[in-house]
Amino acid sequence: MSDLADLSVGGAAAGLRAGEFTAVELLEAVHRRAAVTEAELHAYLTIDRDGAARAAVAADSALRAADDPGPLLGIPVALKDNMVTRGVETTCSSKILSGYRPPYDGTAVSRLRAGGAVIFGKTNLDEFAMGSSTENSAYGPTRNPWDPERVPGGSSGGSAAAVAAGSAMIAYGSDTGGSIRQPAALCGIVGVKPTYGLVSRYGLIAFASSLDQIGPLTRTVEDAVAALEVVGGHDPADSTSYPGSFPDMRSGLEAGVSGLRIGVVAELNGAGIDPAVQAAVDETVAGLERAGATVVPVSLPSVAYALSAYYLIAPAECSANLARFDGVRYGLRRHGETVEEMMSTTRGEGFGPEVTRRILLGTYALSAGYYDAFYGQAQRVRTLIIQDFADAYEQADVLVSPTSPTTAFPLGARTEDPLSMYLSDVCTIPSNMSGDPAISVPVGVDENGLPVGFQIMAPALGEPVMMRVAAEVERQAGFTARARLATSEVG
Amino acid sequence: MPVEIDIAKVARLARLSLTDEQLERYRVQCEVVLEHAARVQALPTEGVAPTSHPLPRTNVFREDEVAECLDREEVLAAAPDRDGDYFLVPRILDE
Repeated sequence: MSDLADLSVGGAAAGLRAGEFTAVELLEAVHRRAAVTEAELHAYLTIDRDGAARAAVAADSALRAADDPGPLLGIPVALKDNMVTRGVETTCSSKILSGYRPPYDGTAVSRLRAGGAVIFGKTNLDEFAMGSSTENSAYGPTRNPWDPERVPGGSSGGSAAAVAAGSAMIAYGSDTGGSIRQPAALCGIVGVKPTYGLVSRYGLIAFASSLDQIGPLTRTVEDAVAALEVVGGHDPADSTSYPGSFPDMRSGLEAGVSGLRIGVVAELNGAGIDPAVQAAVDETVAGLERAGATVVPVSLPSVAYALSAYYLIAPAECSANLARFDGVRYGLRRHGETVEEMMSTTRGEGFGPEVTRRILLGTYALSAGYYDAFYGQAQRVRTLIIQDFADAYEQADVLVSPTSPTTAFPLGARTEDPLSMYLSDVCTIPSNMSGDPAISVPVGVDENGLPVGFQIMAPALGEPVMMRVAAEVERQAGFTARARLATSEVG
Repeated sequence: MPVEIDIAKVARLARLSLTDEQLERYRVQCEVVLEHAARVQALPTEGVAPTSHPLPRTNVFREDEVAECLDREEVLAAAPDRDGDYFLVPRILDE
């Protein structure tokens, strides 16, 4: 591997400490890659050249002084553009936040800075993280580095495309219904939605607060562990952050799966799943069995209603959260004679179609006369889903399924039909409803050479066993295929 | 189960100024999504408590200590319109 942009975090960290190259050289390699790939991909909304250069110089000084804050020192990192960065434009891919420079760093961002990471840029997303293809961006879509005629998934599509193409070494995103795992699957990389509360949401622009969680997108499982360790842990600024000690995800990575029980979820495998995707998943399950795991069939009967419940709960929370965009304190303002007229015109013009649709859905589901039949019932279904998971985890240590029912689909294929787009998240939504962790690991390619993601779900704070199984899946799959655009050669 | 939405009323509640054509398009799309979402009503949930949040935690307290807060000038710099240290908006009350 001759190009520094293709190194893993572990490889780069070792090279930096051995003096084989500097953080400035590492950043230059990523810059060179981005200069080639961005013309086609549009993974980034903002590249912070100056900020990144200063951080790389600081990382080199720290290395010389042997002042070592940990594995992300000098590592070029990309952030989804819904994570606020002090003084660096943060738009959520929305016109309503065009030009907004936040007055503070989110907790995950300040922890990355403290860890010596080099924040390279802000990545494209579906507006306010609502979507599964990164086509709902006011600044144009991101394309898939495996095939630029196809979507990278979403909503963290820019982060996934950047990591797959090598224009970031690792990236962070947010996952409300699959927005880290699904694009990771469609771009052939690893994506983690941690247990709800494990990573502070302070400074993550809220979409649906009871479902949102920040997590990493990386090229290896070990990189994901390093990326999660740096941003995770209790934060008094987020009252929903988990106050206990951070789980040890590292010690089990080499342990294998002998003696573990792998639950294959009946409702998330087979029917509705693309045959090539299911074949790759089945092969992975067979590999785990050969490695000494016990495979057990499990059922989550209420999961059949998870998508319906999600499309009431997420819009309801979104309609409340997005009330703050009113043209008063930041962002876009359009003229109005009265304050109410100003707010309505600003919001009507500032939000794109998917965000408008979800605000309308949520406002309806919460309005007088409909609240109990829609939102209240969805919350009761959520309880049933959580109970189903609890029962399943009596029989299995982890649960598995495809991450996405299909591989990457062509641009424009689902934009006219919101419901068909929503079905992209059918396998990922249940873990957001329960608040449990889940990971997507690439395991193969379909007949078009497009990557397939394998999802591993675990109970709350079950990251150690989840990462242990993920590491075994990664070893067995030996997934070495790389995105066509992952090259610095001008071609 | 078909769902009918008074879309103009919902848009007004959400403070979204939309054209008639936009309202009609959103009405059709929202009704399709809500029809799918209404499937939740088929599941018997008598005696099931609602879950609003995955963590069963309430009343998270912290020490009431003075800490650094946002820089006023940096915050106001993002305002669409301001008057000194105030955010400026169109009139709220009738004269």
